[in-house]
Amino acid sequence: MKVKPKRRLTLEGKKAITGYIFISPFLIGLAVFFVYPLVQSIIFSFNDLEVTTTGYKLNYVGLGNYRRAFLVDPNFRRVVVEAVTQMITDVPLIVIFSFFAATLLNQEFKGRALARAIFFLPVILTSGVIIAIENSDMLISMARSSFEEEATTGAVASVVQALELRRLLMQSRMDPRFIGYITGAIDNIYEVITASGVQILVFLAGLQTISPSLYEAAIVEGATGWEKFWKITFPMISPLILVNVVYSIIDSFTRPTNQVMQMIMDAAFKESSYGYSSAIAWVYFVTVMLILGVAVGIISKRVFYQE
Amino acid sequence: MSSVAMERQPAVTRGKARYSYFPLYRLRQLSWSVVRTILVMGICFVILYPLIVKFSVSIMDEMDLYDMTVRYVPKHFTLKNYETVWEYMRYPEAFMNSLKLSLLTSITQLISCTLIGYGFARFNFPLKNLLFGLVIAILVVPPQTIMIPLFLRFRFFDVFGIISALRGETLNLLSTYWPFVFMSATGMGLKNGLYIYIMRQHFRGAPKDLEEAAYIDGAGPFKTFYRIMLPGAIPMMVTVFLFSFVWQWTDTFYSSLFLQKLWVLPTALSSLVPNVSKSYSAEQLGMMVYLSPAYASMLNNTGSILVVIPLAVIYIFAQRYFVESIERSGLTGM
Repeated sequence: MKVKPKRRLTLEGKKAITGYIFISPFLIGLAVFFVYPLVQSIIFSFNDLEVTTTGYKLNYVGLGNYRRAFLVDPNFRRVVVEAVTQMITDVPLIVIFSFFAATLLNQEFKGRALARAIFFLPVILTSGVIIAIENSDMLISMARSSFEEEATTGAVASVVQALELRRLLMQSRMDPRFIGYITGAIDNIYEVITASGVQILVFLAGLQTISPSLYEAAIVEGATGWEKFWKITFPMISPLILVNVVYSIIDSFTRPTNQVMQMIMDAAFKESSYGYSSAIAWVYFVTVMLILGVAVGIISKRVFYQE
Repeated sequence: MSSVAMERQPAVTRGKARYSYFPLYRLRQLSWSVVRTILVMGICFVILYPLIVKFSVSIMDEMDLYDMTVRYVPKHFTLKNYETVWEYMRYPEAFMNSLKLSLLTSITQLISCTLIGYGFARFNFPLKNLLFGLVIAILVVPPQTIMIPLFLRFRFFDVFGIISALRGETLNLLSTYWPFVFMSATGMGLKNGLYIYIMRQHFRGAPKDLEEAAYIDGAGPFKTFYRIMLPGAIPMMVTVFLFSFVWQWTDTFYSSLFLQKLWVLPTALSSLVPNVSKSYSAEQLGMMVYLSPAYASMLNNTGSILVVIPLAVIYIFAQRYFVESIERSGLTGM
């Protein structure tokens, strides 16, 4: 930043320059490791890329890579659709569960510190390589399914068993799709719990910032717990529902177990077709952005802001 | 912790106390606390269960896996799995490399993200909102989108053509720590957008009076930052450090992208089973030996335990900071 010596800077001008100095690492990184690669990868996706000993060279193929993704590759469309359906089923469950867990952890009870430590354990222990290994692991998945059976065939809990529950719900004439969703949720409980560590933290932080005077007023007016929840807690926490939905969507699309991620990596490093890999990465990225846009659009209309 | 929470919610507790002489209310309270205990214990169990299974499998002999009468407690206790995994993961080497890598990146990320976060929180400059929007954007873009350009950039590394002019060729920085250092120092590493966001929220919530006092006493912005603001931010920095250390420790994406030849724990764990079966095949004079799925899974579980143990130790010491600092930071108020 070059400053002419004669004109003196205002205080605001000085502060602005200091601000730029503080964020200068980010500005460099943004240009070198984000914007530039992003532009490059668009260019790559329209080309065939060949790595040579001194660099790489590009052969322009137009929309060839995209055509291959949509029309030739037998797996790509299926895998993307699967990833999206998986996301659509999991995200509501994760958000609801983490909200519920945060409400639980926000109450006073003995051993709360321990319970909190355990609830956040998945953030630490089921990340990266651990979850990838776990997913491909036979014993753990066997143990998990036998545990789910066990937990639900016990005399006390027999009502919750997915099959029993399904029959019960069927008898109550509910929409079968909805029933499938509920029972599927019970079968997926472990995945949902392990994916919601960060979200629980965010909700918990939000619950702690709700002003107690609101509850005080509500109690004076004779509100029940149910009313307090829907009239105070829920609106106050609604901006965080948006934050968590966004976080969960991104998390579900970028976790290492995601099939599309695997495809992109394989296309680049097993088949060395870098151009094709860039193209499917871009298709995927645009899909993610579209879904994110729709979700944010729907939710942010209903979010309540205090200001 | 609990004292803070109690201070913050006096109304609710007082409200409850007012009604507490009604027996019905008492009963409701009691039954809810029973239900809550069951729920909390149930969820804790679901979280801990795979860990318990992993551990119990890791100390079993292979024959215990096929024995229907064995559940959780092994009949043939053995540490043989640990020996095998230790050897094939080349654990000491992988551990040291991972430790170096994780410490290096998390400390660099901590410094850069704290600086950037402070810049966004306390100074006004043109395009600030746009730039902060880009911080969020780097979180949203899947790293796979920019993976290949990054890979090529570090494979043929050059700064404005200077290096190729000096050496006659570009540098190959793959399988070194440099890509991680460069990306961390510029706030572009793994999930760094999140850390910048956390630090910015923290500094926004910190009181301005101290800083103003420091300015009046003649301290410049950097001295103020270093002497006044940093000490208050330590719990938050521990949190960011913990996040970045842990996620780097288990990260497969960047380590498989940049470190194909450097032996780190995630690589060691994901190539454990192929390596063991390859070496058994070599013993059988080239006959291909496939490990039984149960045995492979046993090795994987043992390996996971070995990868996770250091993290568990750190977590035990740091979890207080971790939970509390996020709660108090006002992380959530935009």
